[in-house]
Amino acid sequence: MELLDLAFYTERIIPKLTHGMIESLWLIIPASIIGGAFGIFMGVLRVFGSKWIKKIADSFVAIVRGVPLTIQLMILYFGLPNIPYLKLYLDPYQAALLGFIFCTGAYQSEYIRGALLSIKQGQIKAGQALGMTKFQIIWSIIIPQAFRKAIPGCGNEIIYLIKYSSLAYLVTHIELTGEAKILVSRTFRPTEVYLIAGCYYLFLVTVATWILHLLERKLYIPGFGKAK
Amino acid sequence: MCKTFVFAIFILNNIGLFVETIKTIYINLPYILEGTYTTVLLILGALALGFCLGVPLAILQVYGNRFIRQIVALYVWFFRGVPILLLLFLFYFGLFNLIGLNLDALTASGLVLGLTSSAYQSQIFRGSIQSLPLGQFKAGSALGMTNFQIIKNIILPQALRLSIPGWSNEYSILLKDSTLCFAVGASEIMARTHFVASRTYEYLPLYIVAGFLYFLITLIGIRILRFIEKKYAIPGYTLSV
Amino acid sequence: MTTLLSAKNISVTLGNRKILDNISLDMNAGDLKVLIGPSGAGKSTLLQCINHLIAPDHGEIYLEGKKINTNNNKELCHLRQNVGMIFQDFNLFDHLTALDNICLALIKVHKLSKTEAQKRARKELDRVGLSNRAGLYPAQLSGGQKQRVAIARALAMDPKILLLDEPTSALDPELVGEVLLVINDLAKNGMPMIMATHQMDFVRSLATEVLFMEHGIIIEQDSPKILLAEGAKTRTLDFCSKLNNLKDGCTILG
Repeated sequence: MELLDLAFYTERIIPKLTHGMIESLWLIIPASIIGGAFGIFMGVLRVFGSKWIKKIADSFVAIVRGVPLTIQLMILYFGLPNIPYLKLYLDPYQAALLGFIFCTGAYQSEYIRGALLSIKQGQIKAGQALGMTKFQIIWSIIIPQAFRKAIPGCGNEIIYLIKYSSLAYLVTHIELTGEAKILVSRTFRPTEVYLIAGCYYLFLVTVATWILHLLERKLYIPGFGKAK
Repeated sequence: MCKTFVFAIFILNNIGLFVETIKTIYINLPYILEGTYTTVLLILGALALGFCLGVPLAILQVYGNRFIRQIVALYVWFFRGVPILLLLFLFYFGLFNLIGLNLDALTASGLVLGLTSSAYQSQIFRGSIQSLPLGQFKAGSALGMTNFQIIKNIILPQALRLSIPGWSNEYSILLKDSTLCFAVGASEIMARTHFVASRTYEYLPLYIVAGFLYFLITLIGIRILRFIEKKYAIPGYTLSV
Repeated sequence: MTTLLSAKNISVTLGNRKILDNISLDMNAGDLKVLIGPSGAGKSTLLQCINHLIAPDHGEIYLEGKKINTNNNKELCHLRQNVGMIFQDFNLFDHLTALDNICLALIKVHKLSKTEAQKRARKELDRVGLSNRAGLYPAQLSGGQKQRVAIARALAMDPKILLLDEPTSALDPELVGEVLLVINDLAKNGMPMIMATHQMDFVRSLATEVLFMEHGIIIEQDSPKILLAEGAKTRTLDFCSKLNNLKDGCTILG
């Protein structure tokens, strides 16, 4: 019986899919780091920026959040060469990475903004009343508090990013999903291959969730729970 | 004189290109717009299926015994952990055929989106049920109601009201996820746009049009849900955040 | 002897409403001034103007006879270091333990080393009777304990004057006593204070001067013995007897 043919799995499927997973990680890790930095930048602009900067940043985030990621990736990969005289050709990896950075950054900025806005005025006043400078207040009061409040949301975003990294397949970048698709076209065994690929994603998501729980527990402070 | 002439030709040329693009969009717009019907059908079906499965799943996860709770948790873990694109491939090319179901792309996509959504929706409902004070259930028991009566008449009417904001969030996520169904060949907005674009090479303008369309559908849906939320609102009854 | 701190001609306008109208105030060593008045009278605004948490539209602040240039951040921080403040709703830093709440400014502003700061912080916690609560976070403390930590935090900075903005009004009645006890101690040790409060027993026994405010103006200003004397026809006594009636009414109902 073919289904129990172990060599088929260990020799053909697992090595290919493992390679695919590493390709996926090459998207997920840079995108979450750069996207996170971009999200913090946007979040800070949306809270502390001037009126016009706020408006521009807000509408950027609204557009990125309102338009499906699929279409954004298509625009980046197929659409940019359409611009007359600019003719920007991105290779699949660049297009996918850029799309993920924008997308995750926009969502992250939402959590950062919420966290910054939730810091009570009294906390800042108390710092001022003790004679602390603006920089000291931002560094030792606002940032540590906002960071803790933003962690659960931002962590969720990273888990979403792991799953949505599969969309890189649409712009022909071969990662885990793409590798699975190719394997199926060679082996004609869709159920097994896709199920195992699914297990790879479950593994990534579960590990990420676990790391986040650990981080949250390590940084836990009474009064900064998930309850709010 | 000569320079001006060349410049004029250049401008005219560009205007010509621009007009050409507009024309392509205009000619193909009805075809793309027809996809709206498919998209709306797809997400309505998926939302309905997700709701019908999500509510019992949520109830089982809150009130079920340990074994049932773990099974539901496993279901939720699977559908929330695997990317939708992969789930579409798995079910459409694999599992559905394996069990002898020969479904067209649209039905299969609807089923997969619905199953995924049921996992997400069950978590929304579960959160709402668990946010209700325990006294609500006790008050029902004290009046001699059965567990089923309490859940149906006391818990759900409150929990569902609290779930509407989370539900409208789920709607916009599902709408965006529905674009992935083009990968298995369901002919909704995205598939039609991609089809036209790959023939006319007007990728950028056509995708911008499609993006705008999705944006619009999101806004309309959220408006409708907000209307429902207001209509069924009970004074002073909101999720306190 | 120069005055410790004086505020001159402070005015704050919000839209066309005058929150504070040309108010002046002098603080000398040993002064304990109490601000009384209905809510919205401008007591809180006045206190926050003194250490410039709210920038007044007009007026100057003098610290030990020297005018503070409030556009200069260094001078502003210097003013605030010397004027401690206690808030109505405590404003402890929610992400720091009781001990770290006190240490933070000692380390950042006074540039103490961590061990020195902790030593000092423990001393202050001991003074307010909370040395066994040092490692707890604000969310784990009762209201009265939070306010005592806030007082310890202010005292650790060695302020020359303490501003107290209704320090007991956000507390449950049974917790008021522990906070008043701490403030009582401070007053007896001669810490100059300006305090907005409605705790009349406290005012009668300790205040050196009572300032009655309404609509952004100081209406009456004198020693409590005169303003609160039995049968005195003052606005202050009128207001306070109403407060007392209310309190008695509550006791009866309760």
